[in-house]
Amino acid sequence: MIAIIDYGMGNLRSVEKAFLKLGADACITSDPKVILTSNGIVLPGVGAFKDCMASLDRLDLLELIKKEILKGKPYLGICLGLQILFSESEEFGFCKGMDIFKGRVQKFKFTDSLKNQPDGIALKIPHMGWNTVSIINKPPIFAEIPDNSYFYFVHSYYVSPEDQDIIAGKTDYGIDFTSMVWRDNIFAVQFHPEKSQQMGLKLLESFKKICESA
Amino acid sequence: MLSKRIIPCLDVMDGRVVKGVSFKNLIDAGDPVENAIFYDEEGADELVFLDITASYEKRKTIIDVVEKTAEYCFMPLTVGGGVRTIEDIRNLLNAGCDKVSINTSAVKNPYFVRESAERFGSQCIVVAIDAKRVVKGMPFKPYESWAIDPFLKDVSLDLDNPASNIQWAISTHGGREMKPIDAVKWALKMERLGAGEILLTSMDRDGTKDGYDLELTRTIAETVSIPVIASGGVGNLEHLYEGLTIGKADAVLAASIFHYREYSIKEAKEYLKLKNVPVRL
Repeated sequence: MIAIIDYGMGNLRSVEKAFLKLGADACITSDPKVILTSNGIVLPGVGAFKDCMASLDRLDLLELIKKEILKGKPYLGICLGLQILFSESEEFGFCKGMDIFKGRVQKFKFTDSLKNQPDGIALKIPHMGWNTVSIINKPPIFAEIPDNSYFYFVHSYYVSPEDQDIIAGKTDYGIDFTSMVWRDNIFAVQFHPEKSQQMGLKLLESFKKICESA
Repeated sequence: MLSKRIIPCLDVMDGRVVKGVSFKNLIDAGDPVENAIFYDEEGADELVFLDITASYEKRKTIIDVVEKTAEYCFMPLTVGGGVRTIEDIRNLLNAGCDKVSINTSAVKNPYFVRESAERFGSQCIVVAIDAKRVVKGMPFKPYESWAIDPFLKDVSLDLDNPASNIQWAISTHGGREMKPIDAVKWALKMERLGAGEILLTSMDRDGTKDGYDLELTRTIAETVSIPVIASGGVGNLEHLYEGLTIGKADAVLAASIFHYREYSIKEAKEYLKLKNVPVRL
């Protein structure tokens, strides 16, 4: 069973519905026992970094999830679920993350030289809409997905990994930012596969298979 | 590169899609879930449900529509109309929608936008602005919130100076009430209070098929640093192109041209691509 972590904030319904449509055994939970016995963890996320870390901590899930991930359980982080894997975020002052990956979560800043799109208007924040992911190091969750496929993004912050080897995909929005990371059992994406129509479903289906064979 | 979004909109009343001009003479136009699935398959970038259900008792119908749609469509879904409380937003998000669009409630209490954004994140708070060009003798209703919060006077129209530049006032209640609020200043205020996106409708153009109010769209798109969705007046594909280029909108919303199958979403995107607008095909 795939455990979709409920920390009281995000819209988890669409993630669950997507897995159910794919015939996966998935449930929304904040129960440590369910998470321990699951064969995969999904942490979807919208909202603020600090609130997410605080909620996970309050629910006694932070250490548990970290331990499970480091033990090798398949993990899929979506949006904030990607960002909290890193050391710290500059959202609302500094805030510590799970520190599984070294690096920082930064806000898009468009200085004047980067500011202009071809039509002569500043890039908007949040980065909202469909953008392409160019594959740097193809992870198994991208097995069925061609290079430069479109995915749906909504975010104002992005991750800057120190370890370049974990960068699996990049996306261009004023700068080339890291939109997907991968190391062993840890997969995390800045975009929302549950909102990315066919391509998103393909990603979730590959993750489902990884969980089933884990 | 980020692509420009093409967003079909479905007006929903009592759980059914309806069509009319400027919110009048409504006729039944089908099942919202079926329509949503159709647009999803056509490659729409997002979908907006505008709930115009009048009676309070039937307000739950939109929740059912969202729940059913979210079972089939894995794309961003926005619901607008009648969003009044934090509880309304929570119910809609829990049903499977991603963003809510707030209009009248933002005008009634601008700080509702801030509260909602703090609670759920700016990414799911869209502020809908229905704007109308100011003309002489426009019947304005007084704006009560100015009595409560003098700082809101920042957003008032300059009505004493008829020689000043063109101005747009905002309307509420589906265009039935005009407020002496400047739409451009209002958009900026909404951004500062935490709106993640502006859905901008020209009430002068809505239903006319004459194209977006490009001056309005461009002025607001250049003023705010959050994305702007242009709405109101699309009659052909060139209008979409103009909205995204001359109007500088980040996304374009249209209802009838897609609903009556005058154009498909795919046709619209192919047209835009030929003209070098970045779209997802």
